[in-house]
Amino acid sequence: MTTPTAPDLKCSGVCKNFGPVQAVADISFEIPSGTFFSILGPSGCGKTTLMRMIAGFEEPSAGDIFIKGRSVLNVPPNRRNVKMVFQHLALFPMMNVFENIAYGLRCIGTDRDEIARKVQDVLNRVALPDVGEREIHQLSGGQKQRIAIARCMVLDPDVLLLDEPLGALDLKLREAMKIELKLLQNQFDTTFVYITHDQSEALVMSDRVAVMNDGRFEQIGTPQELYHRPQTAFVAGFVGDSNRWSGKVTGTRGAEVTLETEGGTVVRSRPGDGTKVATGDAVELFVRPEFIELVHRTPRQKRTGLSGKVDNLLFNGANSRALVRLATGDLVEVDVTLTGGTDDVKPGEEVSLSWSTKNAVCFPARAAS
Amino acid sequence: MVNQERRLLPGAGSVMKHRDARRLSLILLFMPLALWIVLLILLPHIGMGILSLREKIGPRQYEFGLANYIAFFQEPIYWHIMARTAVISLLVTVLALIVGFPVSYYIAKIAGPRTRGAMFMFCLIPLWVSDLIRAFGWILLLRETGVISGILQWTGLASAPVELLYNDAAVVVGLVYTVMLFMIVPLTSTLDGMDDAMIEAGYNLGGNGLTVLRRIIIPYAMPGIVSGSIIVFMLTAGSYLTPVLLGGKYSSWFTQTIYDQFITRYNWESGAAFGFLLLFFTSFVVWIGLKLSGQSLSSTVARS
Ligand SMILES: Nc1ncnc2c1ncn2[C@@H]1O[C@H](COP(=O)(O)OP(=O)(O)OP(=O)(O)O)[C@@H](O)[C@H]1O
Ligand SMILES: [Mg+2]
Repeated sequence: MTTPTAPDLKCSGVCKNFGPVQAVADISFEIPSGTFFSILGPSGCGKTTLMRMIAGFEEPSAGDIFIKGRSVLNVPPNRRNVKMVFQHLALFPMMNVFENIAYGLRCIGTDRDEIARKVQDVLNRVALPDVGEREIHQLSGGQKQRIAIARCMVLDPDVLLLDEPLGALDLKLREAMKIELKLLQNQFDTTFVYITHDQSEALVMSDRVAVMNDGRFEQIGTPQELYHRPQTAFVAGFVGDSNRWSGKVTGTRGAEVTLETEGGTVVRSRPGDGTKVATGDAVELFVRPEFIELVHRTPRQKRTGLSGKVDNLLFNGANSRALVRLATGDLVEVDVTLTGGTDDVKPGEEVSLSWSTKNAVCFPARAAS
Repeated sequence: MVNQERRLLPGAGSVMKHRDARRLSLILLFMPLALWIVLLILLPHIGMGILSLREKIGPRQYEFGLANYIAFFQEPIYWHIMARTAVISLLVTVLALIVGFPVSYYIAKIAGPRTRGAMFMFCLIPLWVSDLIRAFGWILLLRETGVISGILQWTGLASAPVELLYNDAAVVVGLVYTVMLFMIVPLTSTLDGMDDAMIEAGYNLGGNGLTVLRRIIIPYAMPGIVSGSIIVFMLTAGSYLTPVLLGGKYSSWFTQTIYDQFITRYNWESGAAFGFLLLFFTSFVVWIGLKLSGQSLSSTVARS
């Protein structure tokens, strides 16, 4: 039976093959109650397939899925208490807003007064109390979004699945909806499983994020963990911006690794969590632009950092970047503050770059990449 | 509209000239259609309309009046044939819908792209041969010495030759077969435009197969259903060859009555009036259908 501590959603060893293509390969995870859980991965990595298996539209080739501690493998989609917000929302155009939301309640045989009350209640909660009589095409993109969520939430699901629901919206609205979704999740206090290929969506909204690649989960953790303590080269490269170089280990001392990039720059770094590198290994090095300190170089000043020359400035307000060409030819992206004052860096200027060893992470290079 | 554009583009002389040229080419483009409508649809109907309003009061003596129409209402046999035609046509429409809907659903939603093309082809092939040949095909199958009768005797299900022709069932079967494509094409195109996610959402929100069909698929396909039904009903009610060949002389199809008036009795005036009555009556049935299904003609025609 259901135990009070059972996670809302649990997958163990779930696989899915489409003929020779393995879309989802051996995925296991648990989501505790009330979590905003994101699955982040590039296009075609199997996110939708995983979600469709949870919703019951695809049968896993292997493994088991538990909702509230109960296996749902033999439960048809309409009997699973997992609701889904589709990528293009799939609101029913032939029904008005009220009917769209009432559809699910009608299916479970709720009586009329109860339906009217519940629909109004959920409309209030998504802050659209007066749209019940509107047709779907009379709503704005963001309103449709909220109705699609309301249509699921009125059924009080154990888990709400969202498949890139912001994909169809324009940039401004997407930013606004990010915050709104997070607030809605707080308010409904339901487990949300959110699929996206946009790392900023995943980082901003989620309590926990799973990074998916090629049908597998690379790492599951809080956004901070993924960002600061990536466990694989893929995570380090995919989550957030990073400078990325290939190189070879020239020496190790304790937890510190000295390596030489292909361009010939010698850098000290630390191996990523749970990985081991030895002298002579091919590695990939990741350094985030915001961890690099950029100093104007005065002649004759002796510095420990790498010297280089500013190639270009990419001005973008608070997110401005400088592109620095090192003496060895490697190009480095560095976050800079451009205040408009006289001590801003300028293209052509000689600078020196430095970062602390703990912010330079290296991983053994994979044969494939 | 044009005035507004002019205001937006003041003094653009060359633009104006350009636009005139565009308008001319547009007119030329629509010329064949316009000619077709005027010469082949409008003119004959006007001619028939005038003809149907001529009363014969003596040899070669005519007067303007409604006598031809009144004659129809005074003779119950005409009435019965008209009602019979309408009822059987409705039956054919419903059967075509019942058979066509699953086929369309399969073509639009389940079949892969290659099967889809093949199935469309199979629906189309019967249209490549003429009405006449198709009807004779059915006759070959259904007549006393035909294929089905032969099989029944061979398997021992029947002891003597069975006549399957010359009854209403044969007419209905033949008509359903003839008009099927006109039901399948609009239905398939409406269902094709339906996002699969909508059906999945229907299940996801707790609906079973029946609920999804009744609350989501059918309402969505309604414009296609209505326009397919209109076409099928009109084609059936106006068909001549199939009912005559499969139903025999006494199949009592209204087009046969019209044919009789024109050819056998050489009473063109009354034939024209009957033709118009058929048109009015079927239009009336279609109008009721549209009202009942809550669709408008323009919306259904535009959707399919
Ligand atoms: N029905 C199917 N038949 C065969 N292959 C499929 C099928 N559905 C998905 N695939 C394959 O499985 C892989 C994963 O697909 P999936 O739709 O899950 O990707 P995704 O992560 O959702 O990508 P996106 O971000 O672009 O939506 C892809 O390589 C895809 O081609
Ligand atoms: Mg997807």
